[in-house]
Amino acid sequence: MLRAENSEDTPTSTEPHSSTSDRTLSGRLENAAGVHSADCYQCGKCTAGCPLAAEMDHAPSQLLRMLQTDLPQHEERALRSRAIWMCVGCQTCVSRCPKQVDLPRAMDFLRQESLARGLVNRDASEIVAFHRAFLDSIERHGRVYELGLVAGYKLRTGHLAQDTTLAPAMVLKGKLGLLPHAGNRAAVAKIFARARALQKGSGQ
Amino acid sequence: MKIGYYPGCSLLGSSRDFGESVVAVARALEVELVDVPDWNCCGASSAHAMDHLLSVALPASVLASAARAGLTEVVAPCASCFNRLASARHAIQKDPALRKQVEQVLDVPAGSLATLAEKVRILNVIDLLQRCSDRIAAKVTQPFARAVACYYGCLLVRPGEVVGADRVEDPVSMDVLVEKAGGKPVAWSFKTECCGAALSIPNTPLVGKLGARIVEDAAARQAEAIVVACPMCHSNLDMRRGAIDDARGKKSGLPVLFITQVVGLALGLPPSELGLERHFVPVNLSRPAAPVA
Repeated sequence: MLRAENSEDTPTSTEPHSSTSDRTLSGRLENAAGVHSADCYQCGKCTAGCPLAAEMDHAPSQLLRMLQTDLPQHEERALRSRAIWMCVGCQTCVSRCPKQVDLPRAMDFLRQESLARGLVNRDASEIVAFHRAFLDSIERHGRVYELGLVAGYKLRTGHLAQDTTLAPAMVLKGKLGLLPHAGNRAAVAKIFARARALQKGSGQ
Repeated sequence: MKIGYYPGCSLLGSSRDFGESVVAVARALEVELVDVPDWNCCGASSAHAMDHLLSVALPASVLASAARAGLTEVVAPCASCFNRLASARHAIQKDPALRKQVEQVLDVPAGSLATLAEKVRILNVIDLLQRCSDRIAAKVTQPFARAVACYYGCLLVRPGEVVGADRVEDPVSMDVLVEKAGGKPVAWSFKTECCGAALSIPNTPLVGKLGARIVEDAAARQAEAIVVACPMCHSNLDMRRGAIDDARGKKSGLPVLFITQVVGLALGLPPSELGLERHFVPVNLSRPAAPVA
């Protein structure tokens, strides 16, 4: 079990965007996302209801416990975990949490932090490739171009043979357009560019 | 009745059947759908998973476009679009620091998104049909007299305070609509369990495993169809039926219909207008319906 050896450093502030320390992962989670990992009293309800807990290396409640200890080795284990990439954001945990700890928001934060620090779990490469291909498609076309998305995913992962029988069947059923939709491409490309510049500027 | 319409990417592509049935049913119920001008993708699961700022900025751009067009209500039939739009609206109202960043990213005047979020309300397809429920009941010509399992999934019901769902753990809004269409909703245990969502491509066997539990329970309760209101739920239960059958070790022909298809059939609309022939699990409605108690 994980032990709170540094428990006297555990943040106790209850206000989002407070002056909580940025030295710890829990502090940054609190400042950036307003999620107080210290509120969790380890009842385990999130883990019990999580449809993907069985696929995770660390259960959702264990991830929160790792953050509570504020120990660098626990923080790194959380950021390197497969669990943060298995979470699909179904929101079951937070809707049942007696303390309303917004675990899905925490997962979003941990994924972004894990990407920024190059700590992405090896088992998550397909999931990351899929999300990257999806965002690329939006940035390029303003809307998702499904055929391009699948092609982009295959190129990133090398899974060229995946779903090769499904795609032609989708075309026959009229479910896979061969050309991108006409979206507002220029405006969306600017949204991506400004978001990138803003996040670079603030060091996020 | 006139209302803003945000079809989202999937209703023009892999969920064309959902889009067709929404448009056909709206026409039959005398609801005029007005497209949000120049709409962009909401970012869906991927922006949510990778980039929090974009996950709010992309849907906020849709809200801004709707507000500029004078639309006060927008229906987003895709549950993921609905959830992202509603979540962005909620975030803009609750988090002024984030709102300021989003205003910078969209290049709109500071403070403008706060009033805009007040102005534009987001509805899902169940909200829209509920408003028309008296009209549906009056116009039913061919009652959908079948036992069905109403599957709500995640994004229509959670988080409750963002989406305004009727009951988070045991929603009944779709069951009530099915009854209006002449159907009989069964009581079952997987109404709000997750189908695996965006893991469909990066981890298909896992989506098969999650879907297997859902199909298993619906079949055990003698449902003749599963009814959904979400493109991801539909594709994970219909298009991914091969993976589900692999996980269960047996084949199932239990069809998955969109709620708009169920209502459309009850209103006497032809199956071809409702996109029913686009499903992977055939919707075979030629056999007689089981007696509905």
